[in-house]
Amino acid sequence: MLPKWFNDWNNKNPVDIFGPAILVGALGGAVLVAAALVSLGQPYATDSLQTGPRGTGMSVPEFVADLSQPDPDIAEIFEDPPIIPEEGEPLAGDVYENVQVLGEVTEANFLRLMSAISLWVAPDEGCAYCHSGADEGNYADDDLYTKVVARRMIQMTQAINETWEGHVNANKQVGVTCFTCHRGEKVPSDIWFKIAPVNMAAEGLSAIQNRATIRSQYTSLPVDALETYLLEYNVIAVHNLESRVSEDLTDPDVPAIQDAERTYALMNYVSNSLGVNCVFCHNSRAFYDGGQVTPQWATASLGIAMVQDLNNTYLVPLRDTYPPERLGPIHADAPKAACKTCHKGYQQPLQGTNVIGDWPELQTTGTPVYEEAVVTD
Amino acid sequence: MFSVEYQNIFTQVQVRGEPEWGTDDTGTLTEDRAGTPGFSNLLGWLGNAQLGPINLGMAGVVSLASGLLWLNIIGFNMLAQVDWSISEFLRQLFWLSLDPPSPEYGLSIPPLQDGGWYIIASFFLLFSVMAWWYRSWQLAAEQKMGKHIFWAFGAAIWLFLVLGLFRPILMGTWSEAVPYGIFPHLDWTTAFSIRYGNLYYNPFHCLSIVFLYGSVLLFAMHGATILAVTRYGGDRELEQIVDRGTATERAALFWRWTMGFNATMEGIHRWAWWFAVLTPITGGIGILLTGTVVDNWFIWAQEHHFAPMYDGSYGYEAFGTYEAFIGQE
Repeated sequence: MLPKWFNDWNNKNPVDIFGPAILVGALGGAVLVAAALVSLGQPYATDSLQTGPRGTGMSVPEFVADLSQPDPDIAEIFEDPPIIPEEGEPLAGDVYENVQVLGEVTEANFLRLMSAISLWVAPDEGCAYCHSGADEGNYADDDLYTKVVARRMIQMTQAINETWEGHVNANKQVGVTCFTCHRGEKVPSDIWFKIAPVNMAAEGLSAIQNRATIRSQYTSLPVDALETYLLEYNVIAVHNLESRVSEDLTDPDVPAIQDAERTYALMNYVSNSLGVNCVFCHNSRAFYDGGQVTPQWATASLGIAMVQDLNNTYLVPLRDTYPPERLGPIHADAPKAACKTCHKGYQQPLQGTNVIGDWPELQTTGTPVYEEAVVTD
Repeated sequence: MFSVEYQNIFTQVQVRGEPEWGTDDTGTLTEDRAGTPGFSNLLGWLGNAQLGPINLGMAGVVSLASGLLWLNIIGFNMLAQVDWSISEFLRQLFWLSLDPPSPEYGLSIPPLQDGGWYIIASFFLLFSVMAWWYRSWQLAAEQKMGKHIFWAFGAAIWLFLVLGLFRPILMGTWSEAVPYGIFPHLDWTTAFSIRYGNLYYNPFHCLSIVFLYGSVLLFAMHGATILAVTRYGGDRELEQIVDRGTATERAALFWRWTMGFNATMEGIHRWAWWFAVLTPITGGIGILLTGTVVDNWFIWAQEHHFAPMYDGSYGYEAFGTYEAFIGQE
């Protein structure tokens, strides 16, 4: 293929070209990568949020690329300032029939809130998603389950903003509205159902673990952590608070290694829900020690209590109101909430955007308090 | 090029001839040796190119058979857990596990589907490991060797027995044993540490880590040293123990000039052996004390002035805010 003179010359002048070629290639590649890093920047640069004393490794790292992208759902939040009620304005309870929760709200604000709810929850279906007679002007009937559920959810939202302020507004006024969970979807993302047992061939603890499931965050840890701790009120902590205690492990009240695994499964869920690591709340050298936790630990503990309350007071009792397709696929249980239902992977839902400012009606279970808007210009 | 041969990551010398069958002083020893020996170029890069014969012996056969039973009990339990679906078995393999009994059964015999199979499998594993341990004595005795390998293997078996036998008995329940599963046994390890207040504050765990990392370091130092002086005959380590040549002199000088002290051709192997066996020995002591003598290692460490306390001024106000972190400030 090659000319004869070329082959002859090569045979007479043997030179090892592989060594130099590999050397030049490797050096050239290294220079190229170095130049790209310097000129284009480190594509996986990280930033970190310090959460504990210096030198203890307590920080929450994030990719700079992720930090620069705000939660896209924030753009969906719309402003709709309240209409300050005037003396003698008609109330929703007087104007409309069957207004059980928002009867004390003025008609104008009631309609403002109703249209907002349809945008938050069912933007495509609109009013008819809850009011079957909307086209005929009949809004009073409770014949659709969606309306019955929505009424209870309004009460739940008011209770969250009022009773669980310590969690929701721990850092500043943020509040929750329907949008915090629903994000324009009829059924919020990241609700949960029971799936245990996952292993029919075994009994005891091995029946509820060792399977890649969404409930175990795709680990082999127990899949029943959410119902054990966020529905029932079982003790999450597994530690002994003295260096030596006498206890009998066959006593069901004494936490075993397997209980530590279930606690670990819950903690995995919490950290994935918030997009944080263990040391956002704990000092990992002594997970249990309340003297070494961060301020976020208290907020998270309130959040756990809040979720227990929401599930038991509002969500589980609605089970018989839902049609079968809204119930859990395995145990036909009611859809339930937990951290991720609101947080959706962020430290604060919607990255701490104040969503409640325009909605005094959702801030209290009593009569809403309107304040005159401060005119700035 | 002489120098390059010893700077290769693979073994450069492969001796080929008639396969080595081993000594046969009594004329009956070859009966135990099975298989026709052959040579593999690929194996020769990593070790001896000769493959076989193998001297399995009765203990080896018993060990392999009961080990196979252990493995099959686990495998069929896992298959049953996925309704005998091979594809699910493969998909979930790393998640699946044969778990020890639930705690309420204590040390009694549990039902098969709640740890009973685990107990049966564990019995076969115990038998298999012990037969293999005996075999390591038997083979050494046949070769009129010291029993160093037997005792070293015994150190690993000590940790194995602590985890699966001694500690569960002291704790009063088989549920404390380690599950047979890829991820589940890792879950157990993490949960064990968390349950007992952070195993890193267990001083025997500390010692075990020291000996483990120390073994790695010693192995690298020794392997590198011998390779580096092989050109002077340093690979003939046994001869060099009693007949010190220039290879030993140079290796010794290198380390004495590096750190003032050097091992000898004999001593370095005692260092390596002790570091290796002390890893599971100290580790086993640490596991055995956990839950039986100490229930919270962090608190224990504080009581013994082993874990420092921070001065309390955490300085949260200086840490920066979430708003600043996400660029909204």
